[in-house]
Amino acid sequence: MKKMDSTKRYEILRERMGNGDVDRRTFVGLLGAAGITAGVSGGVMVGMAQEARAAGSTLNFEGWGGVVSEALRKNAFDPYEAATGNTVVDSTFGGETEVLTKIKAAGNTDGHNILHSSGVSWYQRWVDAGYGSELNEANIPNLANVMDAIIKPFRAITPNSLSAVPYDYGTTGIAYNTNYVSKEEAEALGANLLLKKELKGKIGGWADAANRAWYGALQSDQDPNNIQDWDAVWEKAREHRDLVLKYWNSGAELMDLLAKEEIYVTEAWSGRVAALQEQGHPIAYMDPKNGLAWMESMFVLKGSPMAEAEELLNFMLDPATSIAVAEGQKYPSSLDPNKVAMTDVIKALPAYDPTGTLQGLVFRDAVTWNPLEKEYTKAWNRVAKGG
Amino acid sequence: MRGSGPAIDTRPWLLLTPALLSIAALVVVPMSFILVYSFYENIDLAVDRVAFQFSNWRELLDDNYYHVAIWKTLRLSVIVTVLAAVLGYIPAYFIAMTKFRQRWLLLLLLILPFWVSFIIRTLSWIHILGNQGALNGLFQWLGLIDAPLSMMYSETTVIIGFLHVFLPYMILNVYVSLDGIDDNLEPAARTLGATPWQAFREVTLPLSLPGLAAGCLLVFVLTGGSYVTPLILGGPNDYLFGNLIHDAVVSELNWPMGATLSFTLLVLLGLVVVIYSRFMGLNQLSKAFR
Repeated sequence: MKKMDSTKRYEILRERMGNGDVDRRTFVGLLGAAGITAGVSGGVMVGMAQEARAAGSTLNFEGWGGVVSEALRKNAFDPYEAATGNTVVDSTFGGETEVLTKIKAAGNTDGHNILHSSGVSWYQRWVDAGYGSELNEANIPNLANVMDAIIKPFRAITPNSLSAVPYDYGTTGIAYNTNYVSKEEAEALGANLLLKKELKGKIGGWADAANRAWYGALQSDQDPNNIQDWDAVWEKAREHRDLVLKYWNSGAELMDLLAKEEIYVTEAWSGRVAALQEQGHPIAYMDPKNGLAWMESMFVLKGSPMAEAEELLNFMLDPATSIAVAEGQKYPSSLDPNKVAMTDVIKALPAYDPTGTLQGLVFRDAVTWNPLEKEYTKAWNRVAKGG
Repeated sequence: MRGSGPAIDTRPWLLLTPALLSIAALVVVPMSFILVYSFYENIDLAVDRVAFQFSNWRELLDDNYYHVAIWKTLRLSVIVTVLAAVLGYIPAYFIAMTKFRQRWLLLLLLILPFWVSFIIRTLSWIHILGNQGALNGLFQWLGLIDAPLSMMYSETTVIIGFLHVFLPYMILNVYVSLDGIDDNLEPAARTLGATPWQAFREVTLPLSLPGLAAGCLLVFVLTGGSYVTPLILGGPNDYLFGNLIHDAVVSELNWPMGATLSFTLLVLLGLVVVIYSRFMGLNQLSKAFR
C-alpha cells in the first residue's frame, strides 16, 4: 500500500470534488470527519479542515473598482452567491503590483484568490512568479464560447493548462472634452493632442509606465512594439509632463477629473469614457493610430479553492452574465460574437470587434515589453518627477 | 565582595521591560530586516538575490534624483510645521483661555476629524477646491468669477491637505502646555504694568514653548514621512521622499532599493529628532505634559 500523508489525502479528496466525484457538502463533511479524527490524534488535519471549510465558501476577488466593480457585483457576484451559497468578497486594488507586493510580503496568497488581471504581460508575470493555478477546463464549459483569438496568447504562455480565463478587452485611447476640443482637431492631432501647448494645465495622463512609454512611442513616430529610440520616447514623456495637471492612477480618478473638467484631454480607458458619456458628460473618445489595446482575464492564484473558482468563472462566462457585465462595465465581452449574439449596447461599445478575431487591435507584445519593464518603469518614475 | 557597592534597583528595568520588548519587536527587529534587505540585489521586478553589496546605497549617494527629493521633503516639512505652529497656536490659546463651561466640547470638536479616515479627509479637498467644488461654486454664486479657478493639484493644496490632517496634533500639544500655566501669572504681569501683548509675549508664550516644540516635532516628522497626501492632492512636481519609497516598492517592485530609501528616511528623521534634542532639549517635551 502506498503511504500517503494527510496533505496528499486532502489534495486527492479535493481533486475528486473538482472532478465531480464528490459534492462539496460531502467533501467538507469528510474533511471535517478527518479533522475530528486527526484532532483527537493530534494531527494537523483540524486546521486544514477549518481552512477548507472557510476557503470552500469564500472567494476573494480583487479588481479595478468603480463602475467595473459595480457591474461585476450586480451582474455576476450577487447572482452567483444567490445560486451557490458561496461568498465573493470583492475589493479594489491599486494595480497588480500592489497585490504582488502584498503576496510577496506575506509569503503566501492567503486572502487573494481571483484577480481582474490586466493583459498578457501580467499573466506571464504571475505564472513566472509561481502563482499560476491549473484550471480544470472541464469545469468551465462556457470557455468554449470565448474567442480563440483572445485565448491564444494565454495558451502560448501556459500550453498545458490555463491559470485564467480571458474576460473582456478594451483600448486605452484619448478622451477629450468636446466643449474645448473639436472632433476634427482631435483626429488631426491624434496622440499629439496630449502635447498641445495651449491646453497646458488641462491635460491629464495615466501614471502607468508602460502606457507612458507606448504613447511616447506614438508621439515620436515609432512602432510601440518595436521601439528603437527610447530617448525620443522619454523626451515626449517629458514634453507631456510639463503640460500635465495630474497623472491619474485609477479609473475612478480618471472619471472624476474628466467629469469635473479639471482636465480636458487625457489618455483614457474606453469603457470609462463610455460610462461618462452615458452620464451625459461632453466627453468624446478616439483611438489614435496604433492606440493601445488590452485584454483582461480573471486570474486564479495558486492556493485558491479551485472547484469554487472554476464554478464562479463558468458562471461569469455564461452568455447572459457576461453580456450583462459587459454592458455594465462598458467593455466588450471576451465571448465570440460568432458564437454568442451580442446586444446592440455591446456592439456600440468602443473597441468592440464584430469579427471575433481582434485583428484590428494592436496589443502590447509581452515578449518585447516584459524584459524591459524594470528598466522603463524606473526611467518613467524619474521622468514623472522632473528627471 | 558582598555588600561593597550600592544595591542596584532593578524595579525601573522591570517596569520598562514590556515597553523595551515591544519596541524591540515592533521597531528594532523590523528595521534590522530592512537594513539587511538594503544590501540585497534586485535582479528583475519582484526578483531579489540575497547578497551583501552596496549598489543601492551607492545609487542613493550618487544620484541627484534622491537628493532633490530629500530637499523637497525637508522644505515642505518646514513650511507645514511653521504654518501649523502659527495656525494651531490661536485655537489652542482660545480653548485654553476660554471661560466657556463646556470646554470639553471644543476639545471633542478637535478630535472629531480623527473619526473619519485620513484618506477621506484628504479627498474631501477635491470637493472643496475643485473646479466644481464648494469654493468655486460660492465664488460663482457671488458673481466674483465667471469661470472656475484652478486650485487643485498644486503644492498649495498639498500643504492645505497636510495642515488639515496634522493641525490637531499641534493644537492639542499647545493646548496641554497652555492649560498647565498658572492662571495668575498673566494678571500678575498686568498688575506690574505689562500690556496684554507684553504679558502674552513675555509670560504665556515662553511657558507654552514646550508644547509648541512638541507639536512642531510631531508635525515635522509626520509630514516628512508622508506620501499619500501628495499622491492625492499634488501635481507631477509635488512629491516627497516617501513617494520614492512607494515607487520603489510598489511600482518598480525593487524591495532592496525601497529598503535603502526607507532606512534613509528613518535616519534622516531620527537625525532631526537628535538635532532638535541637542538645541531644544528633549526634556522640554515632557514639560508639555506636566
